[in-house]
Amino acid sequence: MSETLVSVQDMKVHFPIKRGVFMDRTVGYVYAVDGVDLEIKRGETYGLVGESGCGKSTLGRAMLRLNEPTAGKMVFDGQDFSALKGEELRRMRRRIQMVFQDPLSSLDPRQSVESILIEGLRAHGLDKGKESTNKRLRDLLTAVGLPTTALRKYPHEFSGGQRQRIGIARALALEPDLIVADEPVSALDVSVQAQVVNLMEQLQEQFGLTYLVIAHDLAVVKHISDRVGVMYLGGLVEEASAADLYAEPLHPYTRALLSAIPVPDPVVEDRRERILLAGDLPSPANPPSGCRFHTRCPWRQETRCDTERPVLRELKPGHKVACHWAEQIQSGQIQPHEVQPILVEEGDGLSPDVPLVGPASVTEALNP
Amino acid sequence: MALLEVRDLTVVFQRRGEEPFRAVDGVSFDVEPGQTVGLVGESGCGKSVTSLAIMGLLPKRGATVTGTVTYDGTDLLKLSDKQMRDKRGSELGMVFQDPLSSLNPVIPIGLQVTEVLERHRGLARKEAMIEAKNLLDKVGIPDPNRRLKEYPHQLSGGMRQRALIAIALACRPKLLIADEPTTALDVTIQAQILAVMKELVQDLGTALVMITHDLGVVAGLCDEVNVLYGGKVVEKADRHPLFAEPRHPYTHGLLASIPRLDAAPGEKLTPIRGSVADNIPWAQGCAFAPRCPNALDVCVQVTPAEEDQLGRLLRCHNPVVPGTPAAEEVPV
Ligand SMILES: Nc1ncnc2c1ncn2[C@@H]1O[C@H](COP(=O)(O)OP(=O)(O)OP(=O)(O)O)[C@@H](O)[C@H]1O
Ligand SMILES: Nc1ncnc2c1ncn2[C@@H]1O[C@H](COP(=O)(O)OP(=O)(O)OP(=O)(O)O)[C@@H](O)[C@H]1O
Ligand code: SF4
Ligand code: SF4
Ligand SMILES: [Mg+2]
Ligand SMILES: [Mg+2]
Repeated sequence: MSETLVSVQDMKVHFPIKRGVFMDRTVGYVYAVDGVDLEIKRGETYGLVGESGCGKSTLGRAMLRLNEPTAGKMVFDGQDFSALKGEELRRMRRRIQMVFQDPLSSLDPRQSVESILIEGLRAHGLDKGKESTNKRLRDLLTAVGLPTTALRKYPHEFSGGQRQRIGIARALALEPDLIVADEPVSALDVSVQAQVVNLMEQLQEQFGLTYLVIAHDLAVVKHISDRVGVMYLGGLVEEASAADLYAEPLHPYTRALLSAIPVPDPVVEDRRERILLAGDLPSPANPPSGCRFHTRCPWRQETRCDTERPVLRELKPGHKVACHWAEQIQSGQIQPHEVQPILVEEGDGLSPDVPLVGPASVTEALNP
Repeated sequence: MALLEVRDLTVVFQRRGEEPFRAVDGVSFDVEPGQTVGLVGESGCGKSVTSLAIMGLLPKRGATVTGTVTYDGTDLLKLSDKQMRDKRGSELGMVFQDPLSSLNPVIPIGLQVTEVLERHRGLARKEAMIEAKNLLDKVGIPDPNRRLKEYPHQLSGGMRQRALIAIALACRPKLLIADEPTTALDVTIQAQILAVMKELVQDLGTALVMITHDLGVVAGLCDEVNVLYGGKVVEKADRHPLFAEPRHPYTHGLLASIPRLDAAPGEKLTPIRGSVADNIPWAQGCAFAPRCPNALDVCVQVTPAEEDQLGRLLRCHNPVVPGTPAAEEVPV
């Protein structure tokens, strides 16, 4: 259980922001993932949470090398995955599978379930004859709780929850060690989410899987994970066991995040103290100096916060936090204060929602 | 008489060559000034169609709306398009999930707010500008002077939603319908927006209809909750009794299937079996019957009526007895 399966070391993914008529000039970078270290033990579930745009998916994709990292590496089962090439890379890829948020868009609508599942087996030479493959497919469907008649059907003939089961079966088919699940339940109806969560837990036990679960819903992540990492603007700000993180959040952002999550219980809701954060998440293209949370942090101090980026350090066994003042905040020596929302600057005055195509201004168009 | 009385609201969609589809099926509820009423349920249960029907925003073709929507003594369903348009801008406010679709993309935010202030509150341009700034300030938009000049696409999702609320507030509506106003936003931003809406209800006595699929939001915000399933209200109660003792098997099942942040480690989730695709038509019995752990034979023969049972409105032949654990282990 304590054997390390995955070790991510100083991972960085910076996306260039291109401009100019031919999109040939790099005018800046989106610092989507900016120096993340984490370890995942064999057989555990590591949950990665954080708000939209904090870099969760990019980190997951970089680990699988779906995005090439700008810097850093991932060591998988003792091997430097980032350095693998060709056949070795292909063989290793089989051992790391991904489950996506939107089962419909990640499944080819023209392929039957059978051919979706066989495709993966073939690609990795696991299709060893009709008889054994057929048995394998039936076993897979049984494992994810679908009838074998599903094999001849197409993705659109299933409900969202059933489609997610197909996505999980596809990942399982290759007998992976690690499954990276990016928002596996967030597109599903509330009443169906629990089916998929329970299925994932059951399969983990049955097949000894290791999970990296990426999600914005902290209640789901807390439920499913052994350990949880909290991301803010491209970096990990806190990491702890799910129970510790909830019982004793040490980072101001984690505190605010936890306090903001509604609990379906009016009695709890009525007595809850909320830490309301001011303003918006800053742009990852123009991250604040020092502690990236300092523009919104109710505990921000005159010194260090604005100038020095806090590193993730272990405050208690297994509980890491990236805040200069974590001890003083925890002891109550430093009290929260009011924060004025500040205008979020995009660095180039553009919202991330606007695609960066074409010249940014008339001047740029005339003088490319 | 309540400020808004919705009675037996029914919306039937009829597409050519298809069976008519009852998206909303006899929904009734009241909202008083200063009260927040929740409509909660999963995707497709008819929440948005209900709100669009109340606001007179459903397409004229293909949608038949029956029942009554009495607002301040007038049946909104009988008003002309023009009368309804006047009401919408002034007394009736609405906030949607996707703010971008309800903001005009080519007009700066400031102008969209001042326009409302000039048209509905009769303010002069200058006063309107000052009031607009105050409103943006109130909903927590930083540097409002500068934001007033910006276009919707220049704002983040959270800022747009705030701008939309500012516009809704600009006319001081007596009734505000919010359809998943925070669903597309991050939780920390959601907390800010919900705080603004709460204040609005408390300070201005606005009547609020809150539409959401998030039971957590409902628990903190709504006085009365209507749980919808397949276009019908299946349980209606004040939030405290509803959450403490859910009586409808669907409400009960929903609460047992969502992970709670404050749950003890190792606590199990009990999903509801199947999905809405398994529903039977209400005309044949109870739509939820194929998924219901309490189902009896009668449930697939007789449509349960909305009845005052156990101190609340329930539509169920065999309600949950308080204290019952969640349904039997459902095979995964
Ligand atoms: N291919 C890309 N090119 C440029 N920028 C990108 C690219 N992919 C992601 N980004 C940016 O990187 C940042 C992190 O994105 P990412 O998708 O990892 O966030 P996330 O935490 O998964 O958010 P969400 O919860 O919305 O899925 C965002 O600002 C996003 O706009
Ligand atoms: N214009 C339309 N024509 C035909 N059917 C429609 C139309 N609008 C909505 N419907 C159907 O009515 C039903 C209820 O839709 P509605 O949008 O009210 O659901 P909802 O409860 O708001 O769901 P969500 O949580 O996904 O927003 C759905 O089955 C939908 O497909
Ligand atoms: S380092 Fe400073 S700004 Fe950052 S979280 Fe800690 S107190 Fe807040
Ligand atoms: S009427 Fe019957 S099937 Fe419907 S919820 Fe009640 S017990 Fe279940
Ligand atoms: Mg993502
Ligand atoms: Mg809707």
